[in-house]
Amino acid sequence: MKEIVLKVKEQPRVGLEAENIAPAVFAGKSVSEISALPVFEGNSERRLDDFFEVTGVAAETSAETRIVIDGDVSLTKRIGQGMRDGELRVKGSAGMHLGSKMRGGKITVDGDCEAYCFQEMRGGTVHIKGNAGNYLGSAVRGNWRGMRGGTITVDGNAGSEIATFMKGGKIHVKGDCASFAGVHMNKGLIVIDGRSERRIGAEMIGGTVVAGAVDAMLVGFTLLENVKDPEIEGEKFTGTYKKYSGDHADTRAKGTVWVKE
Amino acid sequence: MEFEIKNGIVFDPLNKVDGERKDILIRDGRIVEKLKGKHETIDAAGRLVMPGGVEIHSHFAGGKETAGRLLRPEDGARVVYPKQNGLRSGSGYSMPSSFTAGYLYAQMGYTMCNTPAMPPLFARHTHEELGDVPIVDKSAYPTFDGNWFVMRYLKEGDPDKLAACVAWFMRATKGLVIKIVNPGGTENWGWGKNAVGIDDNIIGFDVTPAEIVSGLLEANERLKLPHSIHLHPNNLGKPGNIETTIETLELGKSVKSHSDRQSVYLTHAQFHSFGGDSWKNFESKADELAKYINSCDHVVCDTGNVTLDETTTMTSDGPMEYFLHNLTHLKWVNKDVELETAPGITPFIYSRKNPVHSVQWAIGLELALLIDDPFKVLLATDHPNGGPFTRYPRIIAWLMSEPYRKYYMDERVHKGAQKGSSLATLDREYTFSDIAVVTRAGQAKALGLSELKGHLGVGAHGDVAIYDIDPSAVDPSKDYKAIEKGFAKTAYTIKDGEVIVRDGAIVATPQGRTYWANPVVDHELDREMAKDLEQYFKKYYSVNLANYPVQKTYLKRGREIQIDARDVK
Repeated sequence: MKEIVLKVKEQPRVGLEAENIAPAVFAGKSVSEISALPVFEGNSERRLDDFFEVTGVAAETSAETRIVIDGDVSLTKRIGQGMRDGELRVKGSAGMHLGSKMRGGKITVDGDCEAYCFQEMRGGTVHIKGNAGNYLGSAVRGNWRGMRGGTITVDGNAGSEIATFMKGGKIHVKGDCASFAGVHMNKGLIVIDGRSERRIGAEMIGGTVVAGAVDAMLVGFTLLENVKDPEIEGEKFTGTYKKYSGDHADTRAKGTVWVKE
Repeated sequence: MEFEIKNGIVFDPLNKVDGERKDILIRDGRIVEKLKGKHETIDAAGRLVMPGGVEIHSHFAGGKETAGRLLRPEDGARVVYPKQNGLRSGSGYSMPSSFTAGYLYAQMGYTMCNTPAMPPLFARHTHEELGDVPIVDKSAYPTFDGNWFVMRYLKEGDPDKLAACVAWFMRATKGLVIKIVNPGGTENWGWGKNAVGIDDNIIGFDVTPAEIVSGLLEANERLKLPHSIHLHPNNLGKPGNIETTIETLELGKSVKSHSDRQSVYLTHAQFHSFGGDSWKNFESKADELAKYINSCDHVVCDTGNVTLDETTTMTSDGPMEYFLHNLTHLKWVNKDVELETAPGITPFIYSRKNPVHSVQWAIGLELALLIDDPFKVLLATDHPNGGPFTRYPRIIAWLMSEPYRKYYMDERVHKGAQKGSSLATLDREYTFSDIAVVTRAGQAKALGLSELKGHLGVGAHGDVAIYDIDPSAVDPSKDYKAIEKGFAKTAYTIKDGEVIVRDGAIVATPQGRTYWANPVVDHELDREMAKDLEQYFKKYYSVNLANYPVQKTYLKRGREIQIDARDVK
């Protein structure tokens, strides 16, 4: 594995569109070629090295390339978009649309990530050590085909409407979660260790949500039973959980929500 | 500006030019016999030259088209056209944005497009959007399927006022053609019902779809409109609907067209050629429809090909869209229009692996191959309902190459297509001349605009498409990929004697004309009818009568077709 380090020099004045920061783009390029890659600051085209100091060596293939971003890039959008393999580490906070449509590889963020990260993800492993924003692992606005694979782990809290229209994969939030987690969900697993606000699993027709606590359940959910130490999707949980089915606002409802007592 | 297009291999079916090496001369935007002064020469040696393409049925702009774009931001995200070379930015795969639609059509060699279902109340919106579509000439077809005035006059048995009211709506909406979508069904939809047969009762008016079609047919010919009625019969997209389709077409037999064109235009015939009585025993009845159309002279249809893409269906047929939504459970929207019609919109994914969709794909091609005279079966996908118009080059390649169809049949689509259709047995291949008919000459003739459009004779608009295909060197049957590529982008598109596209890139974006018909009926009759209008507007419409008509000045480059119909009294 070879490593390219991007050290933050200057913060953009407005959002920086940087889908070019991805292992597949860097692979096989020299440092000077990478430095010259275009990024958009608002509507003006700039070079990558206007904002980052580029050092290190890129491997020939994207699978062998690791990108390390040293500094805060919370205004830099679309990092690792469409990534299929390789590694990416952000030693700070990351901006919107991080790893959207990602199909494989590994992304680690030491700080927080903004809204719309990992939309329509299909594979790969993600670890956010801080908090995640709204729409984590959701579908692009309007689409009915959301996240289909891969795993996202958030050590902190997550925002609203995470995993909308989820069709597969797993999201694990170790902290709390705002409202509408798993809205329109179809398949897959969401685990929230902390508490979730209202409207969890709204209009879900399949899949599973597990929450440590919920402010209020929607009326479309039916309490089935209380289960002690349940095994859910192959994982063991300790404590007593209430098992709900729903959301019966839709006639096809086959979703399950587990809430810890 | 004067032009000479030299040495091209010209296909111009309306003037019986079939692949001759011929020079085309253009002066002041028209085709002429002789040039006067200095001119630019385009060397078209070894290239295919055709008149500018004419699109007879494509939902590229209008009220529900905009609603469709709003409904599907994910479709907009799928393809993005950045702002470059002085062109506007745009987006959308199945529903390209207004400016982009104009560019894409011009790049394929089209110089006229017609948007085929404009609810009269949305006329102002439609013309605003048409003004934004660059390059191509255009027109809009107002819908009359659930029009309260039409149904009232039918019930009262007053064909004169009916004709006068149609004339008023044409003038008020700046429309060109009478469009009928699921006649009566959209009115019944207001009551949660539909009209599936031509003898169903329309609630509140006691008329039938058959009466609506016949009444409008007669009005159309009395008003001497350039095009015939543009018909989307009842029961679209339901297994076994072939019976309704043929019953509806039979209604046109007794009415004589005022000119040499058809008296009924059946649009997206593919969706109306279904056999069987459920999706399980669903099959193609293209042979039956083709037999009918071959045997009579009063019908012209377009194919409505399915291209096996993810698309957005949008029709003025609200109940049908609701039916689709119940099949797919995808989002949908109903755009009910007071006193007029009820469009609906829902996304749809035509899958190669689905037997029904594969048969639908086959039906579109079967129709084109089974109907003998290409002037009777035109190429259209009912954009975006069967697929986006950007797929036309592929459909052309399918029509010209039996091996290409066989490849799809054997390896791409579901085996159900072999069982449910006769496509595998058809070895007809379209010639370049046939393609020129189904993409321009036939369209212009069916529209009644063949003096100006769809040919390269003296006096026609100087609209020419030059493709990088050498008809003498290429074998379309074997080299279908070259055909598909060649028709995707022109070497040159010339519109009104101005080069619009050069080597596939847009170089100029002039404003196209908007055609509309103004049939003038007897003054007294018009005044009598206007009294009813006033009364209905006061009583039912949420719009004032005075605010309803679209002013002439609203059209950026309007072209009025004045028709003397004073014998209607």
